[in-house]
Amino acid sequence: MKKTVFLGALTAAGLAAGAAGATTLEDVKARGTLNCGVSTGLVGFSAPDANGEWTGFDVALCRAVAAAVLGDQTAVEFVPTTGKTRFTALASGEIDMLARNTTWTFSRDVDLKFTFNGVNYYDGQGFMVPKALGVSSAKELDGATVCIQTGTTTELNLADFFRVNNMGYEPVPIETNAEAQQQFLAGACDVYTTDASGLAATRATFENPGDYAILPEIISKEPLGPLVRHGDDEWGDIVTWTLNALIAAEELGITSANVKDMSSAATDNPEINRLLGSEGNLGEMIGLNADWAVMAISAGGNYGEIFEKNIGENTPIGLARGLNALYTDGGLLYTPPFR
Amino acid sequence: MTTLTDPPAESFKLSMLVYDTRYRSITFQIVALVAFLTLVGWLANNTIQNLADLGKEPSFAFMTDPAGYDINQRLIEYSSQSTHLRAAFVGLLNTLLVAVLGCATATVVGVIVGVLRLSGNWLIARLMTVYVEMFRNVPVLMWIVLAMAILIETLPAPSAFRGDDPAATMKVFDSVAFTNRGVYIPEPLFSRGLGDISVFGAFGISLDLIAILLVLGVSIFISKRIGKKADATQEATGIRPRTWHLRTAVIILPTALLLLLLGFHFGYPALKGFNFQGGTHLRNSLIALWLALSLYTAAFIAENVRAGILAVSSGQTEAAAALGLRPKRIMSLVVLPQAMRVIIPPLISQYLNLTKNSSLAIAVGYMDITGTLMGITLNQTGRELETVLLGMLIYLLISLSISAVMNWYNNRVKLVER
Repeated sequence: MKKTVFLGALTAAGLAAGAAGATTLEDVKARGTLNCGVSTGLVGFSAPDANGEWTGFDVALCRAVAAAVLGDQTAVEFVPTTGKTRFTALASGEIDMLARNTTWTFSRDVDLKFTFNGVNYYDGQGFMVPKALGVSSAKELDGATVCIQTGTTTELNLADFFRVNNMGYEPVPIETNAEAQQQFLAGACDVYTTDASGLAATRATFENPGDYAILPEIISKEPLGPLVRHGDDEWGDIVTWTLNALIAAEELGITSANVKDMSSAATDNPEINRLLGSEGNLGEMIGLNADWAVMAISAGGNYGEIFEKNIGENTPIGLARGLNALYTDGGLLYTPPFR
Repeated sequence: MTTLTDPPAESFKLSMLVYDTRYRSITFQIVALVAFLTLVGWLANNTIQNLADLGKEPSFAFMTDPAGYDINQRLIEYSSQSTHLRAAFVGLLNTLLVAVLGCATATVVGVIVGVLRLSGNWLIARLMTVYVEMFRNVPVLMWIVLAMAILIETLPAPSAFRGDDPAATMKVFDSVAFTNRGVYIPEPLFSRGLGDISVFGAFGISLDLIAILLVLGVSIFISKRIGKKADATQEATGIRPRTWHLRTAVIILPTALLLLLLGFHFGYPALKGFNFQGGTHLRNSLIALWLALSLYTAAFIAENVRAGILAVSSGQTEAAAALGLRPKRIMSLVVLPQAMRVIIPPLISQYLNLTKNSSLAIAVGYMDITGTLMGITLNQTGRELETVLLGMLIYLLISLSISAVMNWYNNRVKLVER
């Protein structure tokens, strides 16, 4: 018995490590689909809609990468992962990339052997409480019961925040956003804490969103971004520059509506021409077709379009651009040049 | 005249290893063993090599790093600054707690249900059949989630206890609060307590508890001696002296005196701030897991008990009846002792099942060894292989210990054959 179990674990680990052998780009092309890890359901970021189609801000990035690599934005196999299973899924090769509001941290990048491909959402950890509780600041939460998703950076931030402020609390660990929602709405916990964007997205699905308040304190930096396995730089470059292409497209005024026109005839702006493949050979350098960026942008539009469509102020989630505006608009989005 | 000669001394030839039936099976076993060990070695080497290529050489050094996360239910001192090792230990104790509570409850419920299922009362017997079939044919995870959902959705939140005209009130003389965060019960406190004794500097054991157990143990021993003396008197004279008042006094008085000396009193839960403070907090996650695991396993134990009782031939019962024994004594003196040897071995595996099923705890957020070591620690450190191997080793040790204890018990109750 002991040996069998041990053997099984070793086999699993051996196979998992072995799977990382061939390059991811070859694997994806041979398979014809991109395996993209997303959350188990966070409205606005990644959740299946009424027709079972995955939609959302993170999903759009998966689709853009699939469009850039395979020329088909629907060639994506979405793999729902929990906070606990996501890294194992990526490390074992079950998914090719992870786009699941995952915080870029030193230890994840260095120790867990992943490569983060930039930031697609600058976030911070916040607290949501029922208004009936009469709490207006996170500093008043001494002794509260807090629902928290396990296996996340928020879990560590929470412990630090309460310890530094000399407050006690009762953590209620839960696996998924849906479970947290159930416990929070039933009053089994006073507070739900996760990234502020996640709180807004969760609150949007409540029956009476107005009864719940998000406290002003943001207790951490949470740069969320896509990530891939360490050691396959070609694949990492593709994800990085697809994200950059979406941001650059917004900067350069390329939208899903005009990308076809702009790419068919060379424009006056050489950077647009290089990005869209009508000048230079950027596509060849990255190992993709010349129109890779055109495909990526056609999939769901530029960064601004994706943001407005999924989580922007006109959606139920209603997030302002804030830090996630272009640097020219006072935000932090700044892509290296396409040259 | 014939002469017997020794058969010609055959010299050993290498081909005999395969063609001689005396050696063949040994040869094949050795070859198979070598092949198996090579396979194991290759897998282990491959794993280590691949992990090294990924830059993740197996190492347990992370166990002494600060864990950084909090655990709600902790039987020993723990904070987010404690090590991963200690977090794993907290989880281990939580696993053991729910396993012990679950096994005890499952045994009691299982025995009662098993006996009642054989009852002559049609309704009771059928109800027990429904219970057994319902519980053992639905996955235990469903029962755990259902129990949790019921606790969360039906019980009032602590805020319902607030105000002049609260929607919910505390039960049992205002001492127990049933909330959707768990049940708060009074806790025993000592105003003149003896403090804790530190074990290896790792965790403390209450000296009060040790003192009480010690006194209680001595009292029970003395009470037993009184009983034995009464037996002797009865055998010598035929008259049994009245000893029950003496025995009760010997057990109760010293303990009561000690409790008085220690300043024993109850700490009652009271609503303070967001939650009830004081008292002992039995969390929903523990109650849901405990209930679901014990009711589920009890269904299996009930079947074992029923099988055990049915395995005793009716001739035994009839013979005992012919000797003039009453039904109650037939059950306790004749049927059960013989049924035990059929019941105990499958009971061991039910205990093991319950303990292993407790690893589903994370479904309700109960922080057992799977939740701490193989959950949060795994996730925050990214040491999958190490934590999972360690976790498996711990479960293996727990299971082997349960087996060892139960096998020892089985040897004691099994039929002595001559």
